[in-house]
Amino acid sequence: MQPLAKLLEAALFAASRPLTLEELASLDPGAGEGALRAALAEIRAAYDPDHGVELVEIADGWQFLTRREYAETIERAQFALRPRRLSPAALETLAIIAYRQPVGRLEVDEIRGVDSGAVIDKLLERGLIEVMTRGEGLGRPLLYGTTPSFLEILGLNDLGDLPRLEELSVALRRPAPVDELE
Amino acid sequence: MTSPILRDPGGGGFVVELEKFSGPLDLLLHLIHEDEVDITDLPIAKIADQFLSVISDLGLNQAADYLEMAARLLRIKAQMLLPRRLGDDEWEDPRAELVRRLLEYQQIRELVDWLGHAADVRSERFGRGYEAPPPDAPPAPLQIDLNDLLAAAERVIALIPEPMLHRVVPRPLDVEGATARINALLAEREQFGWSDVVGHGATIVDVLSAFIALLELAKRSSVTLSQPEPFGPMVITRATPREAA
Repeated sequence: MQPLAKLLEAALFAASRPLTLEELASLDPGAGEGALRAALAEIRAAYDPDHGVELVEIADGWQFLTRREYAETIERAQFALRPRRLSPAALETLAIIAYRQPVGRLEVDEIRGVDSGAVIDKLLERGLIEVMTRGEGLGRPLLYGTTPSFLEILGLNDLGDLPRLEELSVALRRPAPVDELE
Repeated sequence: MTSPILRDPGGGGFVVELEKFSGPLDLLLHLIHEDEVDITDLPIAKIADQFLSVISDLGLNQAADYLEMAARLLRIKAQMLLPRRLGDDEWEDPRAELVRRLLEYQQIRELVDWLGHAADVRSERFGRGYEAPPPDAPPAPLQIDLNDLLAAAERVIALIPEPMLHRVVPRPLDVEGATARINALLAEREQFGWSDVVGHGATIVDVLSAFIALLELAKRSSVTLSQPEPFGPMVITRATPREAA
């Protein structure tokens, strides 16, 4: 491997979270984006066929992750444990926030048909959502959006990886903003 | 309140299958799917009745969110029953808003499935820095310095509140009083017994006071103490020097 690839490999090994391209670039100010991407591709290729870990593009960054087929064995040996599953209520709330962000609590409540305050608090606590801004409406409500941790726990690279609403079997598009109506 | 997590404050108690439905819309969708009816042409009367019966069976009829939905269903049912003129273009389907919400919610449920699956797949890959919570390790061997232990014990003892029970305040001996009483007796009589000094029902403090007073007077040679027989009563006699004085 090239020296830059080795450097990135070491950094990615040491990090406990995905490292973004900007973060990786800080390792070697002389390296351009192209060189970094080439180095990442080189690492990925080197690990691809015959290693227990692989370089994964996730949450707008890169991270070494174990291959899926070993999950059960590793977990059985208690070397690592899978994170707890999110409850249906938490996933519902996350789905609404992911697609409607920035979105306030009232809208989440309205779509779910139940009070979502406690779920939102829990998601905030877990760092899966954050306050993005305040709304214009009465009382300037807090508006929430998803965080990089949200992408990380879903294994997504960015929000574009979420299914597009048109792809869902239930066709209901987001109501078009007023100015787009004819 | 996220899901129908309900507690009856009265303690009568009803347990809801917590995760079964995440809200009234979820329950409604469940009923619609079960009946395989067209969501856009909802048989509102039938669904409303089913909804009411389910929430009363599950004890959900005490949850505001479910109650609100029940009321909404009944209102729509009533609106549907109102007669309307044939070919009335102005008529708006009272179900429209509910259908829109149901479709929207159904879409969210589909996304939930997708997100849940994505999270499951992701959770099968472990990152480098991930540390599993340690198993319940045996407690570390106890290492403690004797001085530390004593200091700790002192701190603990200092914290113990002093028990307030049975706190006895000793009455001080009244030697002066006893001396005055004996002197009064001496002024009256030349000789008298121990029982005359202490009298009946004397407390131990009185006895001690009198005894110390007698010893003191004897030391000053004001009286002479004598005991005619072993274990006999003590006899107090006015001393001669006093007579001389």
